Order: sequence, then structure tokens, then C-alpha cells
Amino acid sequence: MDWGQILNNTASFILSAETIGFMLAAIGLAIHFGYAGLLNFGMAGFMAIGAYGYAISILSFGLPWWAAMGVSVLGAVVFAVVLGIPTLRLRADYLAIVTIAAAEIVRLLFQTQLFDRWTNSADGLGGYHESFRAANPLPAGTYGWGPWYYTDQGWWARVFGLVLVAVAVLVVWLLMRSPWGRVLKGIREDEDAVRSLGKNVFLYKMQALIIGGVMGALGGVVIALPSAVIPQYYLPSLTFFVWTALLLGGAATIFGPVLGAVLYWVLMAFLAGVLPAMANAGYLPMTATQAGNLRFVVVGVALMLLVAFRPQGILGSKKEMTFVK
Amino acid sequence: MSSNEHPAAPSPREPQEDGHRDDAEVTDHTGDFGDDRSSGDTLDVAPTHEVHTSHDLATGPPAPGVGKKDPILVADHISRSFGGIKAVDVEHLEIPRNAITALIGPNGAGKTTLFNLLSGFDQPDSGEWSFNGRSLAGIPAWKAARRGQVRTFQLTKVLQRLTVLESMKLGATGQTGERMLASIFPFLWRAQEKDIEARALELLQKFKLYDKRADYSAALSGGQRKLLEMARALMTDPEFVLLDEPMAGVNPALVQSLLDHVIDLKSEGMTVLFVEHDMHMVRHIADWVVVMAEGRIVAEGPPDVVMSDPAVVDAYLGSHLDQDIGVITGRYDEEGNRIS
Repeated sequence: MDWGQILNNTASFILSAETIGFMLAAIGLAIHFGYAGLLNFGMAGFMAIGAYGYAISILSFGLPWWAAMGVSVLGAVVFAVVLGIPTLRLRADYLAIVTIAAAEIVRLLFQTQLFDRWTNSADGLGGYHESFRAANPLPAGTYGWGPWYYTDQGWWARVFGLVLVAVAVLVVWLLMRSPWGRVLKGIREDEDAVRSLGKNVFLYKMQALIIGGVMGALGGVVIALPSAVIPQYYLPSLTFFVWTALLLGGAATIFGPVLGAVLYWVLMAFLAGVLPAMANAGYLPMTATQAGNLRFVVVGVALMLLVAFRPQGILGSKKEMTFVK
Repeated sequence: MSSNEHPAAPSPREPQEDGHRDDAEVTDHTGDFGDDRSSGDTLDVAPTHEVHTSHDLATGPPAPGVGKKDPILVADHISRSFGGIKAVDVEHLEIPRNAITALIGPNGAGKTTLFNLLSGFDQPDSGEWSFNGRSLAGIPAWKAARRGQVRTFQLTKVLQRLTVLESMKLGATGQTGERMLASIFPFLWRAQEKDIEARALELLQKFKLYDKRADYSAALSGGQRKLLEMARALMTDPEFVLLDEPMAGVNPALVQSLLDHVIDLKSEGMTVLFVEHDMHMVRHIADWVVVMAEGRIVAEGPPDVVMSDPAVVDAYLGSHLDQDIGVITGRYDEEGNRIS
């Protein structure tokens, strides 16, 4: 087994665009679930809207990259409102059912032949990078250290993503220490109690759904920035991968989603390297491809153990979970 | 008055082993509503308590639906059915302002359902009701609360993973920092937050929860949760407080303190409507009693009148209530007349 290559590959995932996009999406989910108690199982839909909004705005309408991101954000707001109006008055589990269905509807709309002119249906979209790359302030060349060697464009996409993450973390921190965050946490605990104190619970839930959704859409944009947009990426499984990252780090924490996204991708990359290598070396009774897919099983089991034995996540406060029913 | 004078007996008819009552200290608690008494005599609580002047709240003789001189809440033709069962069917009800009204009745009489309807947590099939002269029908619960009508719940709803102080601060109304955009800029709300915190701490001290302020609400006992819920409701600065079984499941020592707080509310100018099963307490603190049975209001009036009403005795109290309470507490003779 080539441990050097496996570890190198694993470490490179700490700074992959996908990891950074996951950080943003998980932060959005932390607002939804960790602070407001909204069971949003449709994060993939928000991410798809972000990525497609960005790509279509550039390819079909010739908008500059920043305006395209504005379109993504707007798309997420509209999606959150459309999703929220019928469901936020219902119990949390109904929101879960509706969001998972809505995300699938979004994905299938992007995939269908009907809008081929804009979405390129199942083939997805690519080649929208020019505008974003032209704005690159970094010096040309390939640089970095250790496992993190990227071109200037590779760095630009990552640095931009990390700046967005920093802003998102700051916004969440500011919001959650304020009275607004207090109301949100109150709603998570018992919305009828908050209602009886004269707070417009529906409005707060809607605001939370919108903010978290916008962060999910920006996560989708960040993932799409250096690569392409393909509809098959936005399967419901993507939502659950983001959930795994969130629960790993700690749902009601500021840095939990960031840490969780890194850990999730590091674990996935490590298993993707080590399991096929073990199969090739004869330690596992299966082919390398089978062993590669085994990582999803391992991650699934890890998630179950985590929820059973450390439901507050790695960064969550043990004390906070002690009394929960 | 020590706590053993308020045993939290599940049934008022249960014999109460309290032989140490100081008769000289105990005066009329049932209220014949004719004489001026200070509640300092009545309850031996803090001497700041205002006089219990609740006589002549009604415009006519006590009867279901009788008009009040100064009603804070007027309800008409409220009905609510669950399946084929009419849970609430109230023709007319007025709640007197700045008085403590008790809502009593057997289990399943529709008391909590009426509470839910009046507070906007449930919508009636039909009916009209107004609070302070403004119609409340169809108004969502949070708007009703903003108008100054706050409620607590029979099964306490504490915000488990919020600390006691945070829950209290959540109760304050009109907070700038609760608006999403303003919340990002602490300088906009910090001063207000400080005021709110001071008020919350003051209330916590009064409710003997000050030492618990940094604990998660989930760590509180059942009685402390009742106290917290009441204190939290008071943070909204209400005009009308609806308490759903504030004493249920609370230990005797806390019952005493809760009773004091309920009486305090009145002296601070609030109106209280509460559901309670313990007749001992109803007699102590209520100025007016409304009796429900099978969704209807079957009687209302001052406590002493209502409790001798044969219909109420049949439907709810049972025929031995007066005798037992009277004999045991030493305030009544066998006929139900006050003797001390």
C-alpha cells in the first residue's frame, strides 16, 4: 500500500472546493436544524439552485460572475419562500418530507429535456469560468506547499470560497448571540411557548430558512466554481452527506459545520484510498471498486454511532444535551 | 403563613392533617365581598399586598353569563367541537378587569379548550370575543399576546436548552435586537438588552429562581418550571394573564409562593384568569368563580355563592366539600357557615 499517496490525497481534500462548499452548506443547515429546529432535507435543492443559477446566468444571459452569484442568492430566497409558505406552519416532520421532495423536483427540472436550451439537461453545464477567472487578483503560476499545490486559478476559487465561509461564520456568530438568535433557539425548543410570548414564529422560521438556504446556494456555487454543474450531483444523497458533516461537527455550534465538512471529506478521501488498496493487497475479500464503495457503509455506521453516543457532535456542549428528552 | 397550611392535596376533600392552625391569624378567605379586608390578614404574605376589594364585580345577581361592570374580556357564542363532542359551548362570558377569576369544573369540562380558544392557540367553530373592546376572533396567538393577553400552559413549556435567564429575556416584547437585520449590530440593542436583563433578574429574584439563572431550563424541577413559565409570561408586561393550572404538581412550599405571586399580579393592576382544581386555593385567591361542565358555563359568582350552588356541588364539588374543608380548617361549622 502506498501510504504516502493515500495520505497526500487525503490531506489535499482539506482544501478542496467541494469541502469548502460543504462548509457553507453545513453552516446553512446549522441555522436550519441546529438553531431553528427546521428539519430541512432539501439542502441539495438549494445547492442545485445556487450552482445552476450561477451557470445559467453566465452562459445564457452573459452576466458577470458577481451578478450571477446574486442570481443564485435570489433563487435560493425564492425557493425558501415557496417552500416555507405551505410547510412552516406544519410540524417539523412535514417540512422534512416536503423539502426532500422539493429538492428532487428541482433536480429533475434541471435534468429534463424541456429546458435543454438553458440547462443542457442531463449533460450539465460547463465553461462558465471566464468571468470569475478574469477577476483573479492572485499572481499567475502554480504554487503552494505539501499536498496543496494549485494553479493561481485553483487558489482563487478556494480563497474566494474560504472568504465566503469566514463571512458566513461571522454572520452566524453575530446572529446567534443576538436576541434574534435567542428567539430562534426558543422556537427550536418549543414554538408554542415562543408564540405565547408574542413572537411571530412563522416569520422567524422563514427568515432562518432563507438565510440557511442562501448559504446552501453559495455552497453550491463554490463547488461549481472550478468545475462543472451536472444534475446527477444534486441527488438526495448530497443532502445527507451535508447532514453527516453537520452532525459530525455539532449542529448547534458556530465552527462545528466547518470542522465537520473537513472531517467528512478527509474521512471519505482516506477510505477511498485505503479500502481499494486493502482489497488489492488481499486484506478484503472484494474487488477494488467494491471496496471503494464500502466507504459509504463505513461512513453510515460512523454516523449512527455518532448520533447514538455523541449527539451533540464533536464541538457541541455535552451539558447542553444532558437533559434532552 | 407556613407552607403546611396549603397542602397541595389532589382533592380538596382529602382530609388535611393540619392541627396547628393559628386561628387568630386566619380570617375570612372565602370572601363575603361585603367587607373591606386587607390581604395581609387574608394570606399573611408580604404586607405590601393591596386590599382585596372584589365585591360587586357583576351588574346583576350571580348567574351564568352575567354582565360585569368593567369586563376586560367578553366572549359570545363560542363553540368548538372535536368530532361529535362539543368541547366548548359558551353562550356569553365576561371576565372582570383587575380581579382574579377562577375557572373550575370537572376533568374534560372544556376549561383548557376554552383557554386555547381565548388565547388564539385553537380556532373555534363559531364565536366572537373581544379583549379590551377589540375583537380577538381569528387573531393568531402571537398577536393576542402582543395586545397584552399572555397565557401559561397546563403542561409547562420550558425552553429546555435555553438558560433560565435567556428564557426570561425572550419574554420581553418590542426588542430591537429581535429584528433580523438589527440583530447583527449589537450597538442597536445592547442598551435595551441591559434593561431587559435587569428586569428579568428582578423577577427571577422575586420568583426565587435567581440562583438558577445560568442553568438550562431543563434542569429545573416541575414546580420551578411553573414558576419560570409564570415569570416568563410576566416579562411580556401583560394586562391579562391566563394561568392553566398554575399549582398542579407543585410542591406545597412552592404553592405558597405561587399563590402570593398570583395575588401580586392583581395588586399590580393585572387581570388573572386561572384554571385550578384545588378549591382551597380557589377560595383563597379568587374574586370570581366560573364553573364549566360539559363545555357550558353552569354557574358563576363569588366563591362562597358558587360553592354552595347545588348545580356546582352536583357537577363538580361533591356534597361533602364544604363540610370537610370547613371542619378541617376550623373556619366553618357543619352547615358551611364561617365561624372564625
